Amino acid sequence: MTDTTTLQERVNDLIRPQQVHRDVYTSPEVYRLEMKHLFPNCWVYIGHESQTPNKGDYITAQIGDQPLLMVRHSNDEIYVMYNRCPHKGTKIVIDKAGNTGKFFRCPYHAWSFKTDGCLLAIPLKKGYEGTGLEDTEAAKGLAPVGDMKNYRGFIFARLATEGISFEDFFGESLSSLDNMVDRSPVGKLTVAGAPLRYMHKCNWKMLVENQTDTCHPMVAHESSAGTAVKIWEEMDKPEGTPTPPAMQIIAPFMSPYEFFENMGIRTWPNGHGHTGVHHSIHSDYSDIPGYYDAMVEAYGEERAQEILGENRHNTVYFPNIMIKGPIQQLRNFIPLGPDKTLVESWIFSLDGAPSELTARTAMYNRMINAPTSMVGHDDLEMYERAQEGLMSDGLEWVNIQRLYEDDEDFTETAELNGTTERQMRNQFDAWKRFMIGGAA
Amino acid sequence: MNREEVTDFIYDEAWMLDEGQFHEWLELWLPDAVYWMPLNWNQQDPINETSLLYEDNFMLRLRIERLAGARTFSQKPKSRCHHVLNRPRIVEISDDAAKVMTKMHYVETRLDEQQLLALTVTHDLKATDGGIKIAGKRVDILNCDAAFGNIQLLP
Ligand code: FES
Ligand SMILES: [Fe+2]
Repeated sequence: MTDTTTLQERVNDLIRPQQVHRDVYTSPEVYRLEMKHLFPNCWVYIGHESQTPNKGDYITAQIGDQPLLMVRHSNDEIYVMYNRCPHKGTKIVIDKAGNTGKFFRCPYHAWSFKTDGCLLAIPLKKGYEGTGLEDTEAAKGLAPVGDMKNYRGFIFARLATEGISFEDFFGESLSSLDNMVDRSPVGKLTVAGAPLRYMHKCNWKMLVENQTDTCHPMVAHESSAGTAVKIWEEMDKPEGTPTPPAMQIIAPFMSPYEFFENMGIRTWPNGHGHTGVHHSIHSDYSDIPGYYDAMVEAYGEERAQEILGENRHNTVYFPNIMIKGPIQQLRNFIPLGPDKTLVESWIFSLDGAPSELTARTAMYNRMINAPTSMVGHDDLEMYERAQEGLMSDGLEWVNIQRLYEDDEDFTETAELNGTTERQMRNQFDAWKRFMIGGAA
Repeated sequence: MNREEVTDFIYDEAWMLDEGQFHEWLELWLPDAVYWMPLNWNQQDPINETSLLYEDNFMLRLRIERLAGARTFSQKPKSRCHHVLNRPRIVEISDDAAKVMTKMHYVETRLDEQQLLALTVTHDLKATDGGIKIAGKRVDILNCDAAFGNIQLLP
Protein backbone atom coordinates (compact mmCIF):
# COMPACT_ATOMS: atom_id res chain seq x y z
CA MET A 1 0.00 0.00 0.00
CA THR A 2 2.59 2.52 -1.03
CA ASP A 3 0.67 5.00 -3.15
CA THR A 4 -2.90 6.17 -3.65
CA THR A 5 -3.48 4.10 -6.76
CA THR A 6 -3.01 0.87 -4.91
CA LEU A 7 -5.08 2.09 -1.96
CA GLN A 8 -7.84 3.09 -4.35
CA GLU A 9 -7.68 -0.30 -6.03
CA ARG A 10 -7.77 -2.12 -2.72
CA VAL A 11 -10.79 -0.14 -1.54
CA ASN A 12 -12.62 -0.57 -4.85
CA ASP A 13 -12.08 -4.30 -4.64
CA LEU A 14 -13.93 -4.45 -1.33
CA ILE A 15 -17.14 -2.57 -2.14
CA ARG A 16 -19.70 -3.55 -4.77
CA PRO A 17 -23.07 -1.85 -5.22
CA GLN A 18 -25.04 -4.59 -3.44
CA GLN A 19 -22.45 -6.35 -1.33
CA VAL A 20 -19.25 -5.75 0.58
CA HIS A 21 -16.29 -8.02 1.09
CA ARG A 22 -15.87 -9.60 4.50
CA ASP A 23 -12.39 -8.07 4.78
CA VAL A 24 -13.96 -4.72 5.63
CA TYR A 25 -14.96 -6.28 8.96
CA THR A 26 -12.17 -8.73 9.62
CA SER A 27 -8.89 -7.66 8.02
CA PRO A 28 -6.26 -6.01 10.28
CA GLU A 29 -4.85 -4.35 7.16
CA VAL A 30 -8.18 -2.73 6.26
CA TYR A 31 -8.54 -1.63 9.89
CA ARG A 32 -5.11 0.00 9.75
CA LEU A 33 -6.12 1.82 6.57
CA GLU A 34 -9.28 3.07 8.27
CA MET A 35 -7.22 4.51 11.10
CA LYS A 36 -4.79 6.12 8.67
CA HIS A 37 -7.22 7.40 6.04
CA LEU A 38 -10.92 7.14 6.90
CA PHE A 39 -11.05 8.59 10.42
CA PRO A 40 -8.62 11.49 9.81
CA ASN A 41 -10.58 12.65 6.74
CA CYS A 42 -13.98 12.70 8.47
CA TRP A 43 -15.50 14.96 11.11
CA VAL A 44 -15.61 12.86 14.26
CA TYR A 45 -17.44 13.46 17.55
CA ILE A 46 -15.20 14.40 20.49
CA GLY A 47 -17.51 15.35 23.34
CA HIS A 48 -20.08 17.82 24.63
CA GLU A 49 -19.23 21.27 25.96
CA SER A 50 -21.12 20.57 29.21
CA GLN A 51 -18.38 18.05 30.06
CA THR A 52 -15.92 20.94 30.40
CA PRO A 53 -17.94 23.78 31.95
CA ASN A 54 -15.05 25.59 33.68
CA LYS A 55 -11.71 26.98 32.55
CA GLY A 56 -9.07 24.26 32.72
CA ASP A 57 -11.65 21.42 32.52
CA TYR A 58 -10.59 18.69 30.13
CA ILE A 59 -11.73 15.32 28.82
CA THR A 60 -9.80 12.67 26.93
CA ALA A 61 -11.10 11.30 23.64
CA GLN A 62 -9.90 9.69 20.45
CA ILE A 63 -10.37 9.77 16.71
CA GLY A 64 -9.62 6.34 15.34
CA ASP A 65 -6.51 5.32 17.26
CA GLN A 66 -5.32 8.87 17.92
CA PRO A 67 -5.33 10.00 21.57
CA LEU A 68 -6.81 13.50 22.00
CA LEU A 69 -7.75 15.89 24.71
CA MET A 70 -10.41 18.56 24.73
CA VAL A 71 -9.99 21.48 27.12
CA ARG A 72 -11.62 24.79 28.00
CA HIS A 73 -9.04 27.58 27.67
CA SER A 74 -8.84 30.79 29.70
CA ASN A 75 -10.79 32.66 26.98
CA ASP A 76 -13.67 30.15 27.50
CA GLU A 77 -13.10 28.62 24.06
CA ILE A 78 -12.75 24.86 23.70
CA TYR A 79 -9.57 23.46 22.13
CA VAL A 80 -8.93 19.94 20.84
CA MET A 81 -5.34 18.70 20.58
CA TYR A 82 -3.27 15.54 20.53
CA ASN A 83 -2.73 14.06 23.96
CA ARG A 84 1.00 13.62 23.39
CA CYS A 85 3.90 15.52 24.88
CA PRO A 86 6.06 17.09 22.13
CA HIS A 87 9.17 16.19 24.13
CA LYS A 88 9.24 12.39 24.32
CA GLY A 89 5.66 11.41 23.68
CA THR A 90 4.20 10.92 27.17
CA LYS A 91 0.44 11.24 27.36
CA ILE A 92 -0.29 14.48 29.17
CA VAL A 93 -3.45 13.25 30.95
CA ILE A 94 -4.86 9.76 31.21
CA ASP A 95 -8.06 10.11 33.23
CA LYS A 96 -11.41 10.55 31.47
CA ALA A 97 -11.98 14.04 32.84
CA GLY A 98 -10.46 16.56 35.20
CA ASN A 99 -9.32 20.13 35.71
CA THR A 100 -5.73 21.13 34.97
CA GLY A 101 -5.88 24.73 36.24
CA LYS A 102 -4.12 27.30 34.06
CA PHE A 103 -1.71 24.91 32.34
CA PHE A 104 -0.83 21.30 31.62
CA ARG A 105 2.42 19.99 33.07
CA CYS A 106 3.91 16.87 31.56
CA PRO A 107 4.50 14.33 34.34
CA TYR A 108 7.83 13.15 32.83
CA HIS A 109 10.17 16.20 32.59
CA ALA A 110 7.74 19.00 33.46
CA TRP A 111 7.45 20.78 30.14
CA SER A 112 4.33 22.86 30.59
CA PHE A 113 1.69 24.06 28.13
CA LYS A 114 -1.05 26.65 28.16
CA THR A 115 -4.57 25.27 27.80
CA ASP A 116 -4.54 26.30 24.14
CA GLY A 117 -1.57 23.93 23.70
CA CYS A 118 1.24 26.54 23.41
CA LEU A 119 4.53 25.69 25.08
CA LEU A 120 4.76 27.72 28.29
CA ALA A 121 7.98 26.66 29.98
CA ILE A 122 10.77 24.08 30.02
CA PRO A 123 12.95 23.36 33.08
CA LEU A 124 16.68 24.04 32.53
CA LYS A 125 15.82 26.14 29.51
CA LYS A 126 19.50 27.10 29.22
CA GLY A 127 20.28 23.60 28.05
CA TYR A 128 18.48 24.38 24.81
CA GLU A 129 20.27 27.65 24.09
CA GLY A 130 21.84 27.62 20.67
CA THR A 131 20.36 24.20 19.82
CA GLY A 132 17.65 25.63 17.55
CA LEU A 133 14.75 24.37 19.66
CA GLU A 134 12.59 27.32 18.57
CA ASP A 135 12.62 25.98 15.00
CA THR A 136 11.37 22.51 15.93
CA GLU A 137 7.87 21.05 16.04
CA ALA A 138 8.39 20.39 19.74
CA ALA A 139 8.59 24.13 20.45
CA LYS A 140 5.07 24.59 19.12
CA GLY A 141 3.61 22.68 22.05
CA LEU A 142 0.72 20.24 21.95
CA ALA A 143 -0.26 19.59 18.35
CA PRO A 144 -3.72 20.84 17.41
CA VAL A 145 -6.18 18.81 15.32
CA GLY A 146 -6.68 19.84 11.69
CA ASP A 147 -9.94 21.64 12.40
CA MET A 148 -12.67 21.66 15.01
CA LYS A 149 -16.20 22.92 15.42
CA ASN A 150 -18.53 23.53 18.33
CA TYR A 151 -21.98 22.95 16.87
CA ARG A 152 -24.66 23.82 19.42
CA GLY A 153 -22.55 22.36 22.20
CA PHE A 154 -21.38 19.26 20.32
CA ILE A 155 -17.65 19.28 19.60
CA PHE A 156 -16.44 17.67 16.39
CA ALA A 157 -12.93 17.59 14.95
CA ARG A 158 -11.17 16.63 11.74
CA LEU A 159 -7.58 15.42 12.08
CA ALA A 160 -6.51 16.15 8.51
CA THR A 161 -5.33 19.74 8.07
CA GLU A 162 -6.95 19.97 4.65
CA GLY A 163 -10.32 18.56 3.79
CA ILE A 164 -14.07 18.91 3.69
CA SER A 165 -15.62 21.65 5.83
CA PHE A 166 -17.92 20.84 8.74
CA GLU A 167 -20.91 22.31 6.91
CA ASP A 168 -20.25 20.40 3.71
CA PHE A 169 -19.63 17.16 5.58
CA PHE A 170 -22.90 17.22 7.54
CA GLY A 171 -25.18 19.38 5.37
CA GLU A 172 -28.89 18.80 5.97
CA SER A 173 -28.22 15.98 8.40
CA LEU A 174 -27.64 18.61 11.11
CA SER A 175 -31.45 18.83 11.31
CA SER A 176 -31.39 15.79 13.64
CA LEU A 177 -28.89 17.41 16.02
CA ASP A 178 -30.88 20.64 15.81
CA ASN A 179 -34.07 18.83 16.73
CA MET A 180 -32.44 17.18 19.74
CA VAL A 181 -31.17 20.54 21.03
CA ASP A 182 -34.40 22.39 20.19
CA ARG A 183 -36.26 20.03 22.50
CA SER A 184 -34.82 22.09 25.33
CA PRO A 185 -36.95 25.20 25.85
CA VAL A 186 -33.70 27.18 26.12
CA GLY A 187 -31.92 25.30 23.33
CA LYS A 188 -29.29 23.74 25.56
CA LEU A 189 -28.37 20.24 26.62
CA THR A 190 -26.27 19.01 29.53
CA VAL A 191 -24.62 15.63 29.86
CA ALA A 192 -26.34 13.67 32.65
CA GLY A 193 -23.99 11.38 34.54
CA ALA A 194 -21.41 8.91 33.31
CA PRO A 195 -21.75 6.96 30.05
CA LEU A 196 -22.50 3.27 29.90
CA ARG A 197 -19.40 1.51 28.60
CA TYR A 198 -19.99 -1.75 26.76
CA MET A 199 -17.21 -3.79 25.14
CA HIS A 200 -18.04 -5.53 21.87
CA LYS A 201 -15.84 -8.18 20.28
CA CYS A 202 -16.80 -7.21 16.76
CA ASN A 203 -16.01 -4.64 14.10
CA TRP A 204 -17.24 -1.10 14.72
CA LYS A 205 -19.16 -0.96 11.44
CA MET A 206 -21.49 -3.77 12.50
CA LEU A 207 -22.79 -1.49 15.25
CA VAL A 208 -23.20 1.48 12.94
CA GLU A 209 -25.08 -0.61 10.37
CA ASN A 210 -27.37 -2.04 13.01
CA GLN A 211 -28.69 1.45 13.83
CA THR A 212 -30.73 1.47 10.63
CA ASP A 213 -31.37 -2.27 10.46
CA THR A 214 -35.13 -2.35 10.97
CA CYS A 215 -35.60 -6.01 10.13
CA HIS A 216 -33.90 -7.34 13.25
CA PRO A 217 -35.79 -6.02 16.32
CA MET A 218 -38.81 -8.32 16.16
CA VAL A 219 -36.51 -11.29 15.55
CA ALA A 220 -33.46 -10.69 17.73
CA HIS A 221 -35.34 -8.95 20.54
CA GLU A 222 -38.27 -11.33 20.82
CA SER A 223 -36.80 -12.78 23.99
CA SER A 224 -36.94 -9.46 25.84
CA ALA A 225 -39.58 -7.31 24.11
CA GLY A 226 -41.81 -10.26 23.19
CA THR A 227 -41.65 -11.65 26.72
CA ALA A 228 -42.43 -8.20 28.18
CA VAL A 229 -45.56 -7.89 26.03
CA LYS A 230 -46.63 -11.40 27.00
CA ILE A 231 -46.16 -10.85 30.76
CA TRP A 232 -47.94 -7.50 30.66
CA GLU A 233 -50.93 -9.00 28.84
CA GLU A 234 -51.13 -11.91 31.27
CA MET A 235 -51.09 -9.63 34.30
CA ASP A 236 -54.28 -9.29 36.20
CA LYS A 237 -54.62 -5.51 36.16
CA PRO A 238 -57.62 -3.23 36.52
CA GLU A 239 -59.25 -1.81 33.37
CA GLY A 240 -57.56 1.36 32.13
CA THR A 241 -54.24 0.78 33.91
CA PRO A 242 -51.75 3.11 32.20
CA THR A 243 -48.85 1.46 30.40
CA PRO A 244 -45.79 1.95 32.62
CA PRO A 245 -42.75 3.75 31.12
CA ALA A 246 -40.75 0.51 30.94
CA MET A 247 -43.43 -1.05 28.72
CA GLN A 248 -43.65 2.08 26.56
CA ILE A 249 -39.92 1.75 25.99
CA ILE A 250 -39.65 -1.97 25.29
CA ALA A 251 -42.93 -2.94 23.58
CA PRO A 252 -42.32 -1.07 20.26
CA PHE A 253 -39.30 -3.31 19.62
CA MET A 254 -41.86 -6.01 18.82
CA SER A 255 -43.68 -3.88 16.23
CA PRO A 256 -44.41 -5.76 12.99
CA TYR A 257 -42.46 -5.29 9.74
CA GLU A 258 -45.21 -3.01 8.46
CA PHE A 259 -44.52 -0.53 11.28
CA PHE A 260 -40.87 -0.34 10.26
CA GLU A 261 -41.64 -0.23 6.53
CA ASN A 262 -43.95 2.73 7.07
CA MET A 263 -41.63 4.63 9.41
CA GLY A 264 -39.32 5.38 6.48
CA ILE A 265 -35.58 5.96 6.13
CA ARG A 266 -33.92 9.15 4.94
CA THR A 267 -30.38 9.13 3.61
CA TRP A 268 -28.14 12.17 3.25
CA PRO A 269 -24.84 12.61 1.38
CA ASN A 270 -21.57 11.55 3.06
CA GLY A 271 -22.98 8.49 4.78
CA HIS A 272 -25.45 10.12 7.15
CA GLY A 273 -29.05 8.96 7.47
CA HIS A 274 -31.89 8.19 9.83
CA THR A 275 -34.79 5.86 10.47
CA GLY A 276 -38.18 7.15 11.57
CA VAL A 277 -39.15 9.75 8.98
CA HIS A 278 -42.87 9.50 9.78
CA HIS A 279 -43.03 7.85 13.22
CA SER A 280 -40.77 5.71 15.36
CA ILE A 281 -40.47 3.55 18.45
CA HIS A 282 -40.36 6.82 20.42
CA SER A 283 -43.62 8.26 19.04
CA ASP A 284 -46.06 7.05 21.67
CA TYR A 285 -44.39 7.99 24.93
CA SER A 286 -46.83 9.60 27.34
CA ASP A 287 -46.73 13.35 27.95
CA ILE A 288 -44.75 14.72 30.85
CA PRO A 289 -46.69 17.38 32.76
CA GLY A 290 -45.40 20.91 32.23
CA TYR A 291 -43.12 20.09 29.31
CA TYR A 292 -45.39 21.02 26.43
CA ASP A 293 -46.33 24.30 28.13
CA ALA A 294 -42.67 25.18 28.61
CA MET A 295 -42.03 24.49 24.91
CA VAL A 296 -45.00 26.60 23.78
CA GLU A 297 -43.85 29.43 25.98
CA ALA A 298 -40.36 29.27 24.50
CA TYR A 299 -41.16 28.71 20.83
CA GLY A 300 -44.85 29.44 20.27
CA GLU A 301 -47.46 26.79 19.59
CA GLU A 302 -46.69 26.09 15.94
CA ARG A 303 -42.93 25.77 16.29
CA ALA A 304 -43.23 23.73 19.50
CA GLN A 305 -45.48 21.24 17.71
CA GLU A 306 -43.09 21.10 14.80
CA ILE A 307 -40.15 20.30 17.09
CA LEU A 308 -42.01 17.69 19.12
CA GLY A 309 -43.63 16.24 16.00
CA GLU A 310 -40.27 14.94 14.79
CA ASN A 311 -39.81 11.43 16.14
CA ARG A 312 -36.66 10.34 14.39
CA HIS A 313 -35.58 6.95 15.62
CA ASN A 314 -31.81 6.56 15.02
CA THR A 315 -29.74 9.16 13.20
CA VAL A 316 -26.36 7.86 12.07
CA TYR A 317 -23.62 10.47 11.73
CA PHE A 318 -20.98 8.83 9.61
CA PRO A 319 -18.58 7.42 10.54
CA ASN A 320 -19.27 6.37 14.12
CA ILE A 321 -22.01 7.96 16.23
CA MET A 322 -25.76 7.59 16.48
CA ILE A 323 -28.16 10.00 18.18
CA LYS A 324 -31.76 9.61 19.27
CA GLY A 325 -33.31 13.09 19.22
CA PRO A 326 -36.59 12.30 21.00
CA ILE A 327 -34.79 10.95 24.06
CA GLN A 328 -31.55 13.00 23.96
CA GLN A 329 -29.13 10.13 23.65
CA LEU A 330 -25.82 9.73 21.85
CA ARG A 331 -23.94 6.49 21.27
CA ASN A 332 -20.29 6.56 20.31
CA PHE A 333 -18.87 3.48 18.60
CA ILE A 334 -15.16 3.68 19.32
CA PRO A 335 -12.97 1.33 17.28
CA LEU A 336 -10.23 -0.42 19.27
CA GLY A 337 -9.24 -3.07 16.73
CA PRO A 338 -10.66 -4.89 13.69
CA ASP A 339 -12.74 -7.04 16.04
CA LYS A 340 -13.04 -4.81 19.11
CA THR A 341 -15.32 -1.83 19.68
CA LEU A 342 -16.09 0.18 22.79
CA VAL A 343 -19.64 1.55 22.90
CA GLU A 344 -20.25 4.60 25.05
CA SER A 345 -23.90 5.52 25.60
CA TRP A 346 -24.39 9.10 26.80
CA ILE A 347 -27.60 10.76 27.92
CA PHE A 348 -28.44 14.46 28.13
CA SER A 349 -30.87 16.45 30.20
CA LEU A 350 -32.84 19.24 28.54
CA ASP A 351 -32.11 22.58 30.21
CA GLY A 352 -35.35 24.26 31.24
CA ALA A 353 -37.45 21.08 30.97
CA PRO A 354 -38.87 18.74 33.66
CA SER A 355 -36.39 16.18 35.00
CA GLU A 356 -38.85 13.36 34.25
CA LEU A 357 -37.57 13.51 30.67
CA THR A 358 -34.05 12.72 31.88
CA ALA A 359 -35.45 9.94 34.06
CA ARG A 360 -37.09 8.33 31.03
CA THR A 361 -33.89 8.63 29.03
CA ALA A 362 -31.88 7.07 31.87
CA MET A 363 -34.38 4.22 32.00
CA TYR A 364 -34.11 3.69 28.24
CA ASN A 365 -30.33 3.64 28.47
CA ARG A 366 -30.10 1.04 31.22
CA MET A 367 -32.91 -1.10 29.77
CA ILE A 368 -31.62 -1.17 26.20
CA ASN A 369 -27.92 -0.28 26.12
CA ALA A 370 -26.33 -1.59 29.31
CA PRO A 371 -24.01 -4.61 29.53
CA THR A 372 -26.50 -5.73 32.19
CA SER A 373 -29.60 -4.98 30.09
CA MET A 374 -31.95 -7.45 28.47
CA VAL A 375 -31.93 -5.96 24.97
CA GLY A 376 -28.25 -5.15 24.41
CA HIS A 377 -27.38 -8.82 24.97
CA ASP A 378 -29.32 -9.83 21.87
CA ASP A 379 -27.49 -7.41 19.60
CA LEU A 380 -24.03 -8.19 20.95
CA GLU A 381 -24.70 -11.92 20.54
CA MET A 382 -25.55 -11.34 16.87
CA TYR A 383 -22.50 -9.13 16.18
CA GLU A 384 -20.13 -11.62 17.77
CA ARG A 385 -21.68 -14.51 15.87
CA ALA A 386 -21.29 -12.47 12.67
CA GLN A 387 -17.67 -11.66 13.48
CA GLU A 388 -16.96 -15.37 13.86
CA GLY A 389 -19.17 -16.42 10.96
CA LEU A 390 -17.38 -14.07 8.57
CA MET A 391 -14.23 -16.17 8.97
CA SER A 392 -16.02 -18.88 6.98
CA ASP A 393 -14.35 -19.42 3.62
CA GLY A 394 -17.57 -20.78 2.17
CA LEU A 395 -18.66 -17.25 1.24
CA GLU A 396 -16.71 -14.01 0.99
CA TRP A 397 -19.39 -11.37 0.46
CA VAL A 398 -21.89 -9.72 2.81
CA ASN A 399 -25.23 -8.97 1.19
CA ILE A 400 -26.77 -5.50 1.64
CA GLN A 401 -29.18 -5.33 -1.30
CA ARG A 402 -32.62 -5.14 0.32
CA LEU A 403 -34.67 -2.64 -1.74
CA TYR A 404 -31.68 -1.87 -3.94
CA GLU A 405 -32.40 0.31 -6.95
CA ASP A 406 -30.28 0.73 -10.05
CA ASP A 407 -28.24 3.94 -10.20
CA GLU A 408 -28.65 4.95 -6.58
CA ASP A 409 -27.31 8.49 -6.23
CA PHE A 410 -25.88 9.04 -2.78
CA THR A 411 -25.10 12.70 -3.42
CA GLU A 412 -28.81 13.40 -3.01
CA THR A 413 -31.13 13.17 -0.04
CA ALA A 414 -33.54 10.26 -0.44
CA GLU A 415 -36.60 9.02 1.45
CA LEU A 416 -37.49 5.36 1.24
CA ASN A 417 -39.32 2.41 2.70
CA GLY A 418 -38.07 1.97 6.27
CA THR A 419 -36.73 -1.52 5.71
CA THR A 420 -34.30 -0.59 2.95
CA GLU A 421 -30.60 -1.28 3.36
CA ARG A 422 -29.85 1.83 1.35
CA GLN A 423 -28.42 3.63 4.38
CA MET A 424 -25.84 0.83 4.70
CA ARG A 425 -24.99 1.24 1.03
CA ASN A 426 -24.82 4.99 1.61
CA GLN A 427 -22.33 4.43 4.43
CA PHE A 428 -20.14 2.25 2.26
CA ASP A 429 -20.23 4.82 -0.53
CA ALA A 430 -18.89 7.37 1.96
CA TRP A 431 -16.47 4.82 3.42
CA LYS A 432 -14.96 4.30 -0.01
CA ARG A 433 -14.56 8.01 -0.72
CA PHE A 434 -13.16 9.05 2.66
CA MET A 435 -10.78 6.08 2.72
CA ILE A 436 -9.12 7.43 -0.38
CA GLY A 437 -9.03 10.96 0.97
CA GLY A 438 -12.15 12.08 -0.87
CA ALA A 439 -14.44 14.99 -0.20
CA ALA A 440 -18.16 15.23 -0.86
CA MET B 1 -34.95 -11.48 63.33
CA ASN B 2 -31.57 -12.47 64.73
CA ARG B 3 -28.06 -12.39 63.33
CA GLU B 4 -27.99 -16.03 62.41
CA GLU B 5 -31.28 -15.88 60.49
CA VAL B 6 -30.06 -12.85 58.59
CA THR B 7 -26.73 -14.45 57.72
CA ASP B 8 -28.40 -17.67 56.60
CA PHE B 9 -30.76 -15.65 54.41
CA ILE B 10 -27.89 -13.92 52.61
CA TYR B 11 -26.13 -17.23 51.93
CA ASP B 12 -29.37 -18.92 50.83
CA GLU B 13 -30.18 -16.16 48.36
CA ALA B 14 -26.77 -16.43 46.69
CA TRP B 15 -27.15 -20.22 46.63
CA MET B 16 -30.50 -19.95 44.82
CA LEU B 17 -28.99 -17.72 42.12
CA ASP B 18 -26.09 -20.11 41.64
CA GLU B 19 -28.49 -23.02 41.32
CA GLY B 20 -30.64 -21.14 38.79
CA GLN B 21 -33.70 -21.21 41.07
CA PHE B 22 -34.83 -17.85 39.77
CA HIS B 23 -38.56 -18.18 40.42
CA GLU B 24 -37.98 -19.14 44.04
CA TRP B 25 -35.50 -16.27 44.23
CA LEU B 26 -38.14 -13.80 43.03
CA GLU B 27 -40.40 -14.90 45.86
CA LEU B 28 -37.83 -13.55 48.31
CA TRP B 29 -38.68 -10.04 47.17
CA LEU B 30 -41.31 -7.67 48.58
CA PRO B 31 -43.55 -6.42 45.73
CA ASP B 32 -42.25 -2.84 45.73
CA ALA B 33 -38.57 -3.63 46.28
CA VAL B 34 -35.95 -2.45 43.77
CA TYR B 35 -32.69 -4.07 42.69
CA TRP B 36 -30.11 -1.33 42.05
CA MET B 37 -26.68 -1.73 40.47
CA PRO B 38 -25.01 1.70 40.12
CA LEU B 39 -22.89 2.62 37.14
CA ASN B 40 -20.65 4.88 39.19
CA TRP B 41 -18.72 4.53 42.43
CA ASN B 42 -20.79 5.98 45.30
CA GLN B 43 -23.58 6.92 42.87
CA GLN B 44 -26.43 8.59 44.75
CA ASP B 45 -29.08 9.20 42.09
CA PRO B 46 -30.62 6.15 40.42
CA ILE B 47 -33.31 8.13 38.58
CA ASN B 48 -31.72 10.97 36.62
CA GLU B 49 -28.50 9.19 35.74
CA THR B 50 -27.92 5.87 34.06
CA SER B 51 -27.42 2.80 36.24
CA LEU B 52 -26.39 -0.69 35.23
CA LEU B 53 -29.64 -1.94 36.71
CA TYR B 54 -32.56 -0.35 38.55
CA GLU B 55 -35.41 -2.80 38.35
CA ASP B 56 -38.77 -3.26 40.00
CA ASN B 57 -40.71 -6.48 40.35
CA PHE B 58 -42.06 -6.38 36.79
CA MET B 59 -38.60 -5.95 35.28
CA LEU B 60 -37.05 -8.67 37.44
CA ARG B 61 -39.84 -11.02 36.41
CA LEU B 62 -39.23 -10.16 32.77
CA ARG B 63 -35.51 -10.80 33.25
CA ILE B 64 -36.18 -14.25 34.67
CA GLU B 65 -38.82 -15.24 32.12
CA ARG B 66 -36.48 -14.13 29.37
CA LEU B 67 -33.69 -16.41 30.59
CA ALA B 68 -35.96 -19.40 30.00
CA GLY B 69 -37.35 -18.21 26.63
CA ALA B 70 -37.17 -20.36 23.51
CA ARG B 71 -35.54 -17.60 21.45
CA THR B 72 -33.13 -16.14 23.99
CA PHE B 73 -30.16 -16.49 21.68
CA SER B 74 -27.59 -15.07 24.06
CA GLN B 75 -28.49 -17.90 26.44
CA LYS B 76 -27.93 -20.67 23.93
CA PRO B 77 -25.93 -22.17 25.53
CA LYS B 78 -26.80 -20.92 29.00
CA SER B 79 -24.59 -18.99 31.39
CA ARG B 80 -23.78 -20.22 34.88
CA CYS B 81 -22.88 -18.15 37.95
CA HIS B 82 -21.14 -18.66 41.26
CA HIS B 83 -21.05 -16.40 44.34
CA VAL B 84 -18.38 -16.62 47.04
CA LEU B 85 -19.33 -14.66 50.17
CA ASN B 86 -17.42 -13.02 52.92
CA ARG B 87 -19.06 -13.09 56.34
CA PRO B 88 -21.99 -10.64 56.10
CA ARG B 89 -21.59 -7.42 58.09
CA ILE B 90 -24.79 -6.57 59.89
CA VAL B 91 -25.10 -2.80 59.95
CA GLU B 92 -28.48 -2.52 61.67
CA ILE B 93 -30.80 -5.10 63.11
CA SER B 94 -34.12 -5.07 64.95
CA ASP B 95 -37.01 -7.48 65.37
CA ASP B 96 -38.51 -6.60 62.02
CA ALA B 97 -35.72 -5.15 59.84
CA ALA B 98 -32.02 -5.39 59.06
CA LYS B 99 -29.40 -3.76 56.87
CA VAL B 100 -26.57 -6.06 55.84
CA MET B 101 -23.45 -5.51 53.73
CA THR B 102 -21.63 -8.42 52.18
CA LYS B 103 -18.45 -8.60 50.09
CA MET B 104 -18.73 -11.19 47.34
CA HIS B 105 -16.83 -12.50 44.37
CA TYR B 106 -19.14 -13.23 41.47
CA VAL B 107 -18.12 -15.52 38.63
CA GLU B 108 -20.15 -15.87 35.44
CA THR B 109 -19.31 -18.30 32.65
CA ARG B 110 -20.62 -19.02 29.18
CA LEU B 111 -18.96 -21.07 26.47
CA ASP B 112 -15.20 -20.66 26.99
CA GLU B 113 -15.41 -17.29 28.73
CA GLN B 114 -15.30 -16.65 32.45
CA GLN B 115 -15.54 -13.26 34.14
CA LEU B 116 -14.95 -12.30 37.73
CA LEU B 117 -16.56 -9.34 39.50
CA ALA B 118 -15.90 -8.11 43.03
CA LEU B 119 -19.09 -6.90 44.70
CA THR B 120 -20.30 -5.13 47.78
CA VAL B 121 -23.93 -6.08 48.24
CA THR B 122 -26.22 -4.10 50.54
CA HIS B 123 -29.48 -5.77 51.56
CA ASP B 124 -32.45 -4.13 53.25
CA LEU B 125 -34.42 -6.94 54.83
CA LYS B 126 -37.85 -7.06 56.46
CA ALA B 127 -39.47 -9.72 58.62
CA THR B 128 -42.87 -10.86 57.31
CA ASP B 129 -45.32 -13.64 58.16
CA GLY B 130 -43.77 -15.57 55.31
CA GLY B 131 -40.24 -15.17 56.66
CA ILE B 132 -37.47 -12.69 55.83
CA LYS B 133 -37.95 -10.74 52.57
CA ILE B 134 -35.82 -8.35 50.51
CA ALA B 135 -37.02 -4.74 50.73
CA GLY B 136 -34.14 -3.43 48.60
CA LYS B 137 -30.80 -4.61 47.25
CA ARG B 138 -27.87 -2.56 46.00
CA VAL B 139 -24.96 -4.22 44.25
CA ASP B 140 -21.81 -2.11 43.89
CA ILE B 141 -19.34 -3.63 41.46
CA LEU B 142 -15.76 -2.71 42.36
CA ASN B 143 -15.01 -1.70 38.76
CA CYS B 144 -18.56 -0.54 38.02
CA ASP B 145 -17.32 2.05 35.49
CA ALA B 146 -15.24 -0.43 33.46
CA ALA B 147 -16.27 -1.53 29.98
CA PHE B 148 -17.90 -4.95 30.27
CA GLY B 149 -19.19 -7.45 27.74
CA ASN B 150 -22.54 -9.08 28.49
CA ILE B 151 -23.31 -9.70 32.16
CA GLN B 152 -26.25 -12.04 31.74
CA LEU B 153 -27.28 -13.38 35.15
CA LEU B 154 -27.68 -11.65 38.52
CA PRO B 155 -24.57 -10.56 40.46
S1 FES C 1 8.11 13.68 27.82
FE1 FES C 1 6.92 15.36 28.42
S2 FES C 1 8.37 16.66 29.31
FE2 FES C 1 9.56 15.01 28.66
FE1 LIG D 1 -31.15 -4.39 18.23
